Amino acid sequence: MSQQITVHDPRGYPPKVVGKRLAPRLSSLDGKTVYLVDCLFDNTDVFMEQLRQWFAERLPAVDVRVTRPKETWSDDAEMRKAIAADGDAAILGVGL
Amino acid sequence: MHTHVFKRLCNATALSMGMPRLRQAYVPQPVVDRSAGDLRAYIEGQDPISKRPFMQEVLDGLLSPLDEADVQGLSFERTTPRLIEPDSEDSLRRLFDENRWTDSLPVVLPTEARVEAMLKGTSHPPDTIVGRLRPTAFREYWEFTVEKVAVNAVMAGARPEYFPVILALASSGISARSSSTNSFATITVVNGPIRNEIAMNSGIGVMGPYNHANATIGRAYGLLSQNLQGGSVPDDTYMGSLGNWLAYTAVLPEAEERSPWQPLHVQKGFKATDSVASIFFGGWYTHAGYGPRATWQEKMRRSLAAVEQYSQPLFVMDPIVARGFVDLGFDTKEKLIAWCADNALMTAREYWDNQWIQYLMRPRAVAGVEPYASRLKAQPDEVIKIFEPSEINIVIAGGETQGAWKMISGSLRATVSIDAWR
Repeated sequence: MSQQITVHDPRGYPPKVVGKRLAPRLSSLDGKTVYLVDCLFDNTDVFMEQLRQWFAERLPAVDVRVTRPKETWSDDAEMRKAIAADGDAAILGVGL
Repeated sequence: MHTHVFKRLCNATALSMGMPRLRQAYVPQPVVDRSAGDLRAYIEGQDPISKRPFMQEVLDGLLSPLDEADVQGLSFERTTPRLIEPDSEDSLRRLFDENRWTDSLPVVLPTEARVEAMLKGTSHPPDTIVGRLRPTAFREYWEFTVEKVAVNAVMAGARPEYFPVILALASSGISARSSSTNSFATITVVNGPIRNEIAMNSGIGVMGPYNHANATIGRAYGLLSQNLQGGSVPDDTYMGSLGNWLAYTAVLPEAEERSPWQPLHVQKGFKATDSVASIFFGGWYTHAGYGPRATWQEKMRRSLAAVEQYSQPLFVMDPIVARGFVDLGFDTKEKLIAWCADNALMTAREYWDNQWIQYLMRPRAVAGVEPYASRLKAQPDEVIKIFEPSEINIVIAGGETQGAWKMISGSLRATVSIDAWR
C-alpha cells in the first residue's frame, strides 16, 4: 500500500449566501410601466430599442421606457430609485 | 436577459446571490455586430436554452406567480476545509487535477511540512487575512489567509524567500485569472532590493523560462488567484474566448542598475529602496521592434496605431534601446512617454468602432468625463489621440544581446508594497 500523506486544501473562503426573495409579480402588464435596463454592453442599445418597438407593436397598453446606468458595471442608485419611483417592473439585459 | 453561452455563469451567479430561481431568458450569442433586423429576429425567435419563444420567457418571467421557493430565496453556508483527507500521492494529484486546482501542469503537493516552511518567509501569522479576490466584477469575493496563500505558493514550486512578493500580489485585489471574455492575463513588474535578494533575472531571457523566482512567483500568482477566488473553470468561472499563454506565468524585474532612467516604482511615488510589485492587466496584444533605428518614429507610430485602444501599452525595452533613446534626447521615461501619447493616433471612427470602447468608455464620454467626451465630439474622420501619458508605461529589462523592445497590452491596475509582507 502506498504511503498516505496529508495536504492542505488550496481554496479560499467563500462568503455565506443570503437568500433574497424575488420581487412581487404583476397580474397584468396593461397600463403598467416597464423599464428596459440597457446594461451598456456593445450593441445592447440596438437590442433594447427593438424590444421597446416589439412592446409598442404587440402590447401597446404597456408603457415601456429604456434606461441606462451612468457607468458600466456600476450599481446606479439613482437609476434604481427612478425605476422604483414610477416603474412597475424592470427587465435587465443584455449580458452580465 | 442574457446571451445563451453564459447560461452556466448566469445560474451560478444567481445562486451565489441567493436567488437560484431568478427568472432568466436567453437570446443567441452574439448581440455584438448584429443588425437591428437580426436582433429583432432574436426577440421574435426561440430562447436557445428553453426552446420556447423568447418573449414568452420574458412575459412569464414578469407575470407568472411566485411560489414559496421564489419568496424565500436560498441561504446556505459554504466552507472549505484546512486539510484534505490523507491519501496516496497519486490519488491526491488526481484529486487536484479533477477539481481544477492546478494550471494543468504538475504541482508540488502542499504537505503540512512544506506549507510550514513557506510560512517562515513572512512575519505575518498564518491566520492573517490577506485580501479578497473574484474572477470578475459581478461575482462574489472570496477571502483568504496567509496560510492559504502559502499553500498555493508551495504548489507553484516557489521558495519561502519569494513569499513576501507572492503575498503582496495576493493582497492587491487584482486577480491573475480574470474571467473576462477578452482573455486578459496579468503581467507583474518587480522593483527594488528584493529583486537581487531573491536572485530574480532581469537579463538574458527575462521573459522566458530561465529563472526560478521569475517563473514560480508568476505561477503562484495564477494558482492563488484561481483557487482563492472560487475557481477559474471554463464555462463557469472563466469565459475567455481564446485564453492567454501569459496566464501560466508573467513576472519580470526591472533592470534598474542598467537603466538610464528612473525605475518604475520611483515614478509611481515609492522610494528607490522600497520593494514594490506593479500589476499590469492585459497581455492581449504584443508588438515588437528594434532600435531606435532611423525610421523608429514610423515604426512606433504604426505599432501605437495597431493597439487595441482600450488596453494601454506597457513597453519592455532592452537597456540598449533605452540608451539609444537617451542619445536622441529622451533623457527621461516621461519624455518618451509624452512622444508616444502624442503619436498614438487613430480616426474617431475607428476609435469608437471598438466594442470595449463602446462598452467601457462611451458611458463616461456621454457623462462628460474627459478625455472621452472630447473624443466623442470629434468628427468621424478626425484624427484623435487615444492615450493619456499617464496610461503608458516603460520598463527596462533584457540581456543586451539585442536592441529589442516589446509593446504589450497592459493597464497598470495596482502598485503594492512587498516590504509590508516581509
